[in-house]
Order: sequence, then structure tokens, then C-alpha cells
Amino acid sequence: MQHTVIIGNGVAGITAARHIRKLSDNKITVISGETDHFFSRTALMYIYMGHMKFENTKPYEDWFWSKNKIDLMREWVTSIDFDGKTIVFKNGTSLTYDQLILATGSQSNFFGWPGQDLKGVQGLYSYQDLELMEENTKNVKSAVILGGGLIGVEMAEMLHSRGIHVTYLIRESHFWGNMLPKEEGTLIDNHLAEHGIDLRTETELEEILDDGNGHVKGIKTKTGEVIDCQFVGLTVGVHPNIDLVKDSKVETDRGILVDEKLQTNVPDVYAIGDCAQQKNPPAHRRPIEAVWYVGRMMGETVAHTITGNETKYQPGVWFNSAKFFDIEYHNYGTVLPTCQEGCSEFYWECHDKKKCIKVIYETNSLKVKGVNLFGIRNRHEVWDNWLSQEKTLDHIIGNLPEANFDPEFFTHWEGEIQEKFNSEFSDKTVNVRKRGFLEKIFA
Amino acid sequence: MKTIRYTGLIAFLFSLGLFLSLFFTSTYTLTEQIFTSNVKAEHQETLGPELAGMMDREYSLSIPFVKDLNAAVNTVNERMRSEQQWDKVIYDDYAGSLTRASTSGLIQDQTTLLFILVFIVGAVGALMFILPQIQLGGPAGIKHNGIFFNALNNRGWIGMLTGGLLVVFYVLLYFYPAYITNWIILVDPVQKLLNPGATSSQWFLYGFLYTFAVLVMGVRMIIKYRHSKYQIFRTISVMFFQTAFAFLIPEILVRLNQPYFDFKNMWPLDYDFFDAWHINMLTTSGGTGIFMFAWGISLFAIGVPLFVFFFGKRWYCSWVCGCGGLAETVGDPFRQLSDKSLKAWQIERYLIHAVLIFGLLMTGAVVYNFISGTNSILGIDTYNYLRKPYGFLIGSIFSGVIGTGFYPFMGNRVWCRFGCPLAAYLGAVQKFKSRFRITTNGGQCISCGNCSTYCEMGIDVRWYAQRGQNIIRSSCVGCGVCSAVCPRGVLNLENRDEDGRFNQPILLGNDSIKVSN
Ligand SMILES: Cc1cc2nc3c(=O)[nH]c(=O)nc-3n(C[C@H](O)[C@H](O)[C@H](O)COP(=O)(O)OP(=O)(O)OC[C@H]3O[C@@H](n4cnc5c(N)ncnc54)[C@H](O)[C@@H]3O)c2cc1C
Ligand code: SF4
Repeated sequence: MQHTVIIGNGVAGITAARHIRKLSDNKITVISGETDHFFSRTALMYIYMGHMKFENTKPYEDWFWSKNKIDLMREWVTSIDFDGKTIVFKNGTSLTYDQLILATGSQSNFFGWPGQDLKGVQGLYSYQDLELMEENTKNVKSAVILGGGLIGVEMAEMLHSRGIHVTYLIRESHFWGNMLPKEEGTLIDNHLAEHGIDLRTETELEEILDDGNGHVKGIKTKTGEVIDCQFVGLTVGVHPNIDLVKDSKVETDRGILVDEKLQTNVPDVYAIGDCAQQKNPPAHRRPIEAVWYVGRMMGETVAHTITGNETKYQPGVWFNSAKFFDIEYHNYGTVLPTCQEGCSEFYWECHDKKKCIKVIYETNSLKVKGVNLFGIRNRHEVWDNWLSQEKTLDHIIGNLPEANFDPEFFTHWEGEIQEKFNSEFSDKTVNVRKRGFLEKIFA
Repeated sequence: MKTIRYTGLIAFLFSLGLFLSLFFTSTYTLTEQIFTSNVKAEHQETLGPELAGMMDREYSLSIPFVKDLNAAVNTVNERMRSEQQWDKVIYDDYAGSLTRASTSGLIQDQTTLLFILVFIVGAVGALMFILPQIQLGGPAGIKHNGIFFNALNNRGWIGMLTGGLLVVFYVLLYFYPAYITNWIILVDPVQKLLNPGATSSQWFLYGFLYTFAVLVMGVRMIIKYRHSKYQIFRTISVMFFQTAFAFLIPEILVRLNQPYFDFKNMWPLDYDFFDAWHINMLTTSGGTGIFMFAWGISLFAIGVPLFVFFFGKRWYCSWVCGCGGLAETVGDPFRQLSDKSLKAWQIERYLIHAVLIFGLLMTGAVVYNFISGTNSILGIDTYNYLRKPYGFLIGSIFSGVIGTGFYPFMGNRVWCRFGCPLAAYLGAVQKFKSRFRITTNGGQCISCGNCSTYCEMGIDVRWYAQRGQNIIRSSCVGCGVCSAVCPRGVLNLENRDEDGRFNQPILLGNDSIKVSN
């Protein structure tokens, strides 16, 4: 019986384990130093906010693992002997494997700011970080968060839910500037303001100030402004966690380098999820994609290879989603902060400034490249079809109601979007969705 | 704004306190005159001597008074039984009528004032507490901050206290109504308003409190979910059906000398529909009665399969039903307490189907007796061994005491999930012949668990969503909260082509592997 060892019980490692179990009777061991059981990292914020307990974030009940003969180990791995196919634990014990899957996830970035080691200063990635945050934010009145990304805005929402005043510093001119175009970023900026978040754009951190007892008392910006606070959240992105293999024979760059089959340069050693970096990513994808979905897809794919059915990792059309306080975000295909060469954008924004859609298309052919949706839910399946079949803008706008995924009775905005399209593309006009009888009554 | 809220809270707690203290306020004195005007002539002779010791004696609490009354009746009955004088055994409920007539004090003198202080002040106080949330609670959106830190919402002391009070209330209401005579008198002004000829009963009290609670907490629900039209419409619907169909229309019917009838209640939830007295009442009340009888039968025989096919069982459970109405309004603060484990699901399936079978057997026997004019079936006394235990165990204990009393312990759908035979029937149709499903949006699920946590029926929604599968579960009442709380826009309640429900190819964004359901 083959022994497959997986380091990391995150979505990548666990998905791999589940599918290996489905496809084989290998002995499977999943190791993590973080928690006993798989939990949803994406739900950390909800524990802090009191929406859920830690128990609720576990996608599988605790009996699931023994029932499916997946052995779990709560240990930190300190080194790996690839020649002897043995991993060594912090407590000195070791374990041999036939195949090894590295699914060690990411780590928070710290860019060496003065004062970043003070008490009350932290990032947010692990369950331990969450516990630390609980500890660090007791009796805190005001906090500063640095870094305009997804974890930053989640942290802002977390602190806000406890009545802590948040000053949010971002380097860019609008929220999530390295991913979102201006209009969408601004829409979120306004929403943050509505919630009372003090957003400071184009503001950079100079240093974090010590209160004399090793605890943070405030921060200083590059322009010299001092902001008092008792907590600083550093959420300036994550990087692959490659500590375990950095100085080993496994090839690494920013992440652990893998081929299409998610294999490293060392035989029988694979890497998946946040820690993996693809040597040759498909044209429409990035080499490192630190998102939930990628970990899940890679885990499923590697399980096939390990159980004897060699399978290439072929992610489909890119998709992503998020929620910024009350505004939901869906993304399908490629939308860059600034429109790529040869492309144009079609944009509609609702009068309430809480919903918008941006479609990127090739200027000449009108072939659609990607979409950002805020405050309107759309169907993954429909967009996946449209984008993989390279449908044109007029086709998509004309058929937009098909993609709508909002709950029943919600206001439909497709008609308005189509009217805007018709006014901009008078030679390509589409039929405008008519409102139903009940809709007219309740609108 | 905050001041308004806290003033409101104080007003509400004052009303609640006043309501509870009314239990203790009256005095009870049985007099000769009360005795003769409330007790049938044929019982006066036997009961009189037994009650002699109580005459003109003032009690300061209903409990000893009712106990003494019942003891007297029991003594008479035991004697008559031992003497085999069956016709002299007393079956009338004198505890209720005599206690009521013997009550004096504030509740009798100031009924209307007390009613205003309890219910009007209570409602205004509650609304003052609820309404400012529109502004204080921030922009419209999901409002679940701090739920699991809250002593009411997370089985803390307030939750335990609330649950305890509810359980006690239900026990008194079902089994010791004479103890709560003061409360029954309290709602008499409303009874008189609707029907001047009637006197409030324990069931009128219950109906009134129920409707009151659904309306006040319905407003809370609407404000909480004001970003979702689905939730708003659904809540208005249950508020309407409770007020009009369950509370007002039956009273109006009685006023018009028609049978008391709740047009939205349905067998087998309405388990006495086929009782002989009920059928007789309807069939002897002329055209209206016959129509009601036919309506009641069509509702479950035609209405259920038809509407469940098109809309799922939600059309009833979370849009119309009274139990559902209470669960969706008063029960909303407790929805996260339902057990999501596989074990709970197994227990649920055994229990609810057992109740359904029990209900079917009971009804079958009752109908058989009605048609054949007998009292037993296969030698089993139907009333004592089927109908009465059903009413007691299922009708009172399960649906009332546990069904509502356990909201703060086990979530707001304990009855609907584990006990309701109608839910089992609707669920079977929903599972096998319906266009309804919760659609999962491709691969967008991040397994966060909000949907499962807030599913009042204890469905592990995430289990399906994270695999990209549609959710088709017989227990789903279609409340739509999973869809509302999902932070990634993954879930949607839909009525679509039956074919697409199961076995659709699943899209998770991975072109390497194609899977299907
Ligand atoms: C707050 C937050 C919110 C997020 N929200 C979203 C979102 O909304 N959508 C989205 O797509 N993505 C989101 N992400 C990113 C997403 O969570 C990650 O992409 C995903 O969890 C990565 O999964 P993984 O299995 O690769 O790694 P991880 O989940 O990080 O799992 C790796 C595990 O390996 C363990 N480990 C590492 N080294 C060792 C060792 N030497 N010995 C033992 N154990 C070890 C770690 O402790 C960890 O438990 C979020 C991340 C965070 C932190
Ligand atoms: S709430 Fe949405 S994202 Fe979270 S587990 Fe449920 S379906 Fe998935």
C-alpha cells in the first residue's frame, strides 16, 4: 500500500486527500501544525465578528476523517529528507512517505517597517493570528490598517464590528488598486466611508510608534502625520510559504516550482495551492494564484496523477468573488486595473452607487475578455460559456438577463444596462429587457 | 437614537414584567351565587357539599384555588365511579369557569387599562427598540455581528430564561389553563371587540399573543433583511396570513354564526380536521360548512402537490403556515442554533416520518370510526389509544412545548424539522416531484459555512455548495436565508426545469476533470 503524505490541511491538501481516498486505497496522512481539523480560512473574519463559531467553519464533521481513513497529525514539520523519503517533525519524530504533497499555503508579508514587531501589530492569515487579534484588540479604541487588499478590508470590517475606529491606509489612489479599475475601486471607497471607515488613499507608512513599553501607540506616515492607535493590522499581501524547502533540492522561485502535473523537480514530490508556482502557466493565468478555488482545483487534479491517472492542471476561465462590507463582487475572465492594449471597456453604474458592471472587450472584434460585477450576482456557468466561446459584447449584453443570479423579486438592472449599451453602440442595438407586470407594481 | 432604543427596551420589559406579575395579582373567592350560576343544576347537589369549605374563602393565588376546586370535583367523581353511577360523573370544566367568575381585583376592574399597559406599551416599546436599527445598524446588509457572543442568541442566560418561560407558558396553556385565568381575562377586550357575544378563552389568548408576536417580530425581520425583497415579501406574507387567516377570519366567521375555520390550516398539521365533532360541525353548518370541508380536503389533496411542484414546499412553510410564521419572525434570532450534524439529520428523518405514520394511523382510525359508527378499530379504543395520545404527545408537547419552547435551545424550527407531519408530506413531494431547488453557482463557494450556520432546518448547505451541487432536500422550507447570508453569491432559490435538478455536469472552474453530480 502506498503512503501519501500531505503537509498542510488547508483546502488544497484536504481536497487532494479526499480525492485520493475516492480514487485509491492509499494510506493517507495529512499533517498540519495549525489546527487539528480542516477549517475554512476564508471564514476567519466571521469568527471574530461573532457570525460563527470556529466549529461552524469546519466543512466536515470530526468523524469524517477516521471514517474515510484519512489520518490527521497535528505537528510542525521541520525538515524533509528527500533521498530517504522521510519527513522530520519538530518533536523529533519522523515519518516516511511514498508520495509527498506540499500544500503549505502562504505567509503574511512584512516589509521590515520600523516597529513592526511591537505588541499590537500583526497580520492575519492563520488561526493563531486570529487568536492573537482577539488578544490584541481587547480595549482597543482605534486601529490602523495598512494595505488595500482583500484581507485588509476584511480586517477593517472585523474591527468595525467591535466598534473600533479604523483608519485604513492604502498606497494606491483607490481601494485594491492593483486589481480593480478606478470606477469600481471608487465605488468601494464610498461604501467604506458610508460605514465610517477613515480611508486614506495614497498614504504610505513610515514607522510604527512605540509607547515605551513595547506596545504600539500610533503610526507615522511618509508625510509625517501621526495617527494614534492601539492596534496595527499589516495586510500587505501574502507570499508562498516555502520555508520547509527553500534550502533543499526542491526548486523554488517565489513559490515551489511545479510543472503542469503539479510535480516538483524531485520525483514523487508535488506542490499545490498557495505555495505552488507554475513554471508554465496557461496564457490567461498567473504563475501564483493564492485563492481558495485554485487550491481546490489543484488538490483534485493532483489526486488523479498520484493515483495513476496522470492529469494536467488546466484551470478554466478565471473567476473570483469577494464581499466588501455589504457589496458583493463577482469576477469572470480578465479585468485589469487599466484596460489592456487593444481593449475597451463598457461600464454601467447604478444610481445608488452600490452596483455596477464593467465588461472588457476587444475594441475591434468586440470579443469579451472579462467582467467585474458589484452588487449584482451573475451565473458562473453562463459567463464561463460566454468567455470560453469568445462571445461578443452585443451578444452578452443582449442576453444578460440569462446570467442574472440575484434572488427572486430583486430589481433587475439588465434593462437599464442594455439601454446604456444601445446609446453607446447605436449600430449594434440589442433588445431591452421588459419589466414584468409584478415588477412594475413593486418597483 | 440610542436613548430611544433603551427607553423602548425599558418600556417593553415593564410590559413583560407587568404581564408576568398579573399571574399573581388577583384574589379568588368562590361564593354561593357564583356556584349556583355557573354549575349545572344536576351537579350542584353533589359538588356543593365538597366545595363548602371553599365558600367565601379568599385565595390570593390561582393555583391553590384551582387545586381545591379540582380536588372537590375529583372526590365527587371517584365516589360516583365507585358507586357505578356513571351518569353523575362530572366532565364539565368547572375549574375554568368558576375560577374566572371568582376572580376579583385589578384585572377585573381595570382590564382595558392593563391591556393597554401590557400590549400597547409593549408593542410601542418593542418597536422603539427595533426601528432605530435602520439608522444605528448601518447600511442595509447582513446583520449578524456578535450573534455568537450574545446571551440571548447563543444559549446564554437570557436564552435559557426565555426558553424556560416559554416552556412554562405552554405547559400552563395546554394543561392548566385555569391557572392563567388572569391572562385570559386580560385579552377579553379584544375578544369583545371582535365578537361582543364571546368571552375570551385560553385559545383566544394564545391566538392573540401569537399574532402579536408575529407582527412585532415581523417588523424586526423586515428591518433586519431590508436589503432583500425576497425576505420582505415573505415576512409580510406570514404576517398577513397569521393576522387575517388564523386570527381574524375565524373570529368573524363565528360572529356571523358560521363554524370557526382557519382556511390556511391543513391536515395533517391540523390533526382534528377529521374528528367526528369537526366533520359534524362542518357538515351541519349549511353551504359554508360543506365548502370548508371540501376546501380543507382540496388543500392537502390538490393544493400541496400542485403548488409544491411549481414552487417547492416553501409556498406553505415559509409563506403561509402559522408555525412557520412564528419561526420566521419570533424565531429568527435563534436560527443558528439548529444542529447541522449528520446524526441530527438521521434522527430527523426517523422522527418526522414516525409522526407522519402515527398521524395517518390516527386519522385513518378516526375516519373509519366516523364512517362505521364505531369507537374502536381492531379492538383498540381509538380515542384512548390513538387520538388522545396524538393530541397530547404531538399536538401539545411536540408542536407547542418543545416546538416553540425550545427555540432558544435547538433553533426555531424544532417542530417543523423533527415533528410536523405536513412538512414530511410536503417534503416528500418537494424531493421527488418539484421544480424547486437551491442552485449552486458553479465554483464560487469558499466553504465559509454561513449558509449552514444560518439554516434553520439544520441542512448542511455547504456540503453541497462546495461541491457545486444543487441543494435538493425534503426539509428545505425555502426561507432563503442561506442565499442572503452567502458572502459569495453562491446560492439561489429557483423554480426551474425539473430535468436540471439532479445529475447536471458540475462546473468548478477546473477543465482538467469533468465531474457530474
Ligand atoms: C483572511 C483571509 C481571507 C481569505 N479570503 C479569501 C476569499 O474570499 N477567496 C479566496 O479565494 N481566497 C481567500 N483567501 C485565500 C485562501 O484562504 C487561500 O488561498 C487558501 O486557504 C490556501 O489554501 P492552501 O491549502 O494552499 O493553504 P493553507 O490554507 O494556508 O494551508 C496550509 C496549511 O499548512 C500548514 N503548514 C505550513 N507549513 C507547515 C509545516 N512546516 N508543518 C506543518 N504544517 C504546516 C499551515 O499551518 C496551514 O494550516 C483568504 C485568506 C485569508 C487569510
Ligand atoms: S455561505 Fe456561500 S460561500 Fe459560504 S459555504 Fe455557503 S455557499 Fe459556500
